[in-house]
Amino acid sequence: MAKVLMKGNEALAEAAIDAGCRYFFGYPITPQNEIPQYLAKRLPEVGGVFVQAESEIAAINMVYGAAGAGARVMTSSSGPGISLKQEGITYMAGAELPCVIVNIQRGGPGLGGIQPAQSDYFQAVKGGGHGDYRLLVLAPATVQEMVDLMEKAFDLADEYRNPVMILGDGILGQMMEPVEFSEEKETLRQEKPWATTGAKGRNPNIINSLFLDPAELEKHNHHLQQKYDRMSKEVLWESYQTNDAELILVGYGTSARIAKAVVDQARAQGIKAGLFRPISLFPFPKVALQEACKKAECVLTVEMSMGQLVEDIRYNLEFKVPVHLYGRVGGMVPGTRAVLEEVKRLVNSGKAGKNP
Amino acid sequence: MLQEIILAGFGGQGVMSMGQLLAYAGLVEGKHVSWIPSYGPEMRGGTANCSVTISDEEVSSPIITEPDTLIVLNRPSLEKFEQNVKPGGRLLINSSLIDIEPKRQDLQVSKIPVTELGREILGNNRVSNMIILGAFVEMTRAVSLESVIGALKKVLPEYRHNLIPLNRKALETGIELAKGREFLHFRSCG
Repeated sequence: MAKVLMKGNEALAEAAIDAGCRYFFGYPITPQNEIPQYLAKRLPEVGGVFVQAESEIAAINMVYGAAGAGARVMTSSSGPGISLKQEGITYMAGAELPCVIVNIQRGGPGLGGIQPAQSDYFQAVKGGGHGDYRLLVLAPATVQEMVDLMEKAFDLADEYRNPVMILGDGILGQMMEPVEFSEEKETLRQEKPWATTGAKGRNPNIINSLFLDPAELEKHNHHLQQKYDRMSKEVLWESYQTNDAELILVGYGTSARIAKAVVDQARAQGIKAGLFRPISLFPFPKVALQEACKKAECVLTVEMSMGQLVEDIRYNLEFKVPVHLYGRVGGMVPGTRAVLEEVKRLVNSGKAGKNP
Repeated sequence: MLQEIILAGFGGQGVMSMGQLLAYAGLVEGKHVSWIPSYGPEMRGGTANCSVTISDEEVSSPIITEPDTLIVLNRPSLEKFEQNVKPGGRLLINSSLIDIEPKRQDLQVSKIPVTELGREILGNNRVSNMIILGAFVEMTRAVSLESVIGALKKVLPEYRHNLIPLNRKALETGIELAKGREFLHFRSCG
């Protein structure tokens, strides 16, 4: 198929249809409104259902219902709306229901602003709601990757019976880039024998996250944990110019693209810089990160937060390499010039050896 | 080739569509492109801007902090973005609505009274954005006129294709002006 110019939000929505998603429940919030807008028109055309719910809380519980019935279902929102959805998300993780949740991040905390941010990283990868649970979290960096990761997200959700989050930001959602949709392909969809589909000729299935017997609940938690451990093979990442790199920039999504431009500019000035970009934020590509940083004397994370990803980079590098942060917040976006200045400052001050 | 362009003006002047056309024209030519809009609590009469990158290589950072070219259709946009233009960069000004001089001395400045030209020559000031886009195309050759027309066919819905000849005429007006540099001497009649 020929390439078309599309907004990230719209491309992602079309990719969801391609991936077999037929149900969307959501509530409007900038900067992700093009997703429901697009799906409101598109889903009825393919026999699907679109509902603009009365609230985010209603929407996520509709997702719970559709997922329980075995449907491929999705919701999308931005920070404040994702916070409202946390109760439903932890219930779905507890009841082992597959779904895709898109967070097109904006500045926080609270109502914050509507410009791009990456300050929902902790919320996405550390749980967000109550209880011991994890989401699979995928972070695209281009409009094309938003498309490519959609099918993957639904497949992972079904395979692990777990909610999957696509973590984007306002820039990715709003920007237009050329995208190509793959030809219609026959994909093998998982059978869902656990779904509540009417129980004709079989015993009823029960979907539930309530275990009043502590021993039972502990067993359930161990079962979930084994599942999260199993997910570790799903790691995705990109390494760019890391082989001989003495300084590694780390970032995901939009920030990684800025960092990539900085790597090229730094290399042109004789600085051996490289980029490590985690694509799966959970599971985190720890081994690949360590490999990319094996010659690094210094690591710099570039993120649109006060320092969230940076904590995981320090942890995953086991505090063996000093890891610094360049963060912009509130809807401000890191500029290549400022990041390059920070790179030069770190190189010149020979920051090896100590964490700041 | 890497062209980073910021286009800015009042909401309703066609800044966003101008940028989209430019990006689409790049795509038509098989180049790597990106388009980022300003989004926010904006409205008709407010300010709007977008960033367009056209490149032979993959676009690493689509965020433009130092554009090669700045196209401004109103005064607040000039005041906001002039300082960011790359040293020696290009500045296209809609002199119909901008009555101040740029502060920078190092820029290649072209003043075109596109709002008046649209009204006087084409009888429609809603195509003034296409005049300045035509001038940009001629000056930079970032994309060809035919690619912009090709993009128009893709961006405009079928029932609006009757507007393509008018848009072509506006683009050609801009191209001719840029060729002859007549706009430097154009006197406002208003």
